Amino acid sequence: MSWFLFIILAVFTLGGGLGVVVTRNVVHAALFLLVSLVAVAGLYLILFAEFLALVQVLIYGGAIIIVLIFAIMLTRTAEYPYISDNRQWPLAAVAAAAVGVVLGAAFLDNNHLQTAPNSPAFADLANSLFTTWAIPFEVASLVLLVALIGAIIIARAGEDNS
Amino acid sequence: MVPLVAFQLLSAALFAIGIYGVMARRSAVLIVMSIELMLNAVNINLIAAASHLDGSGRWANFDGQIIAIFIITVAAAEVGLAMAIILRMYRNRSTVNVDEINLMKW
Repeated sequence: MSWFLFIILAVFTLGGGLGVVVTRNVVHAALFLLVSLVAVAGLYLILFAEFLALVQVLIYGGAIIIVLIFAIMLTRTAEYPYISDNRQWPLAAVAAAAVGVVLGAAFLDNNHLQTAPNSPAFADLANSLFTTWAIPFEVASLVLLVALIGAIIIARAGEDNS
Repeated sequence: MVPLVAFQLLSAALFAIGIYGVMARRSAVLIVMSIELMLNAVNINLIAAASHLDGSGRWANFDGQIIAIFIITVAAAEVGLAMAIILRMYRNRSTVNVDEINLMKW
């Protein structure tokens, strides 16, 4: 059962990813990315990381896709269909295949761990997050704040002279 | 039960697809999407490895999940900033084709 779900979700993940990098239409690419991200949430469920699956759907499936589609809509030009790939795509394909083969070979070589995953409790996750990882958590919120302020400043700075 | 190596191979494949996207695409928005794919590949790897940490079948600790949460946070910040930069680029140069954004190229 677990294998069955894994294979279906893997097909959706990789198919969505391939769709992102080969499709000519930018909006279709965003929708393919959504398929891939939701399938990744399913993979987290197979691994019993329910909280991560929830976060994945909320943040990636909700917020990030919306922001990307906004970026597409706000920068939409007639040139979009013609600018999909540049001339170095064969080199890019070779490099990407090489990285995939090297990573895959490394993982196959290190194939010792075969134990089954199991479900964590949310309470333990929260305990760990707010005790051991409390300072990184605060730093992460600061990163988000700075990024948002920076985004506003960068996006607004040209408004008065444009 | 699905072994760890299956998840790792999936994550390697997804990462490779993301690398191809970053290097071959011309639209800045599509490059950001490919970076998201790579971040997701890393997250799959982290969660799978963390869930297989302990032979007893329980999650030994939640560090892997928490680091994945931090990665998602950073990805959200990155997308926000990338969108601001892309909008600015579009406003100044009327294009999002990264081949034509060559002002800082030497």
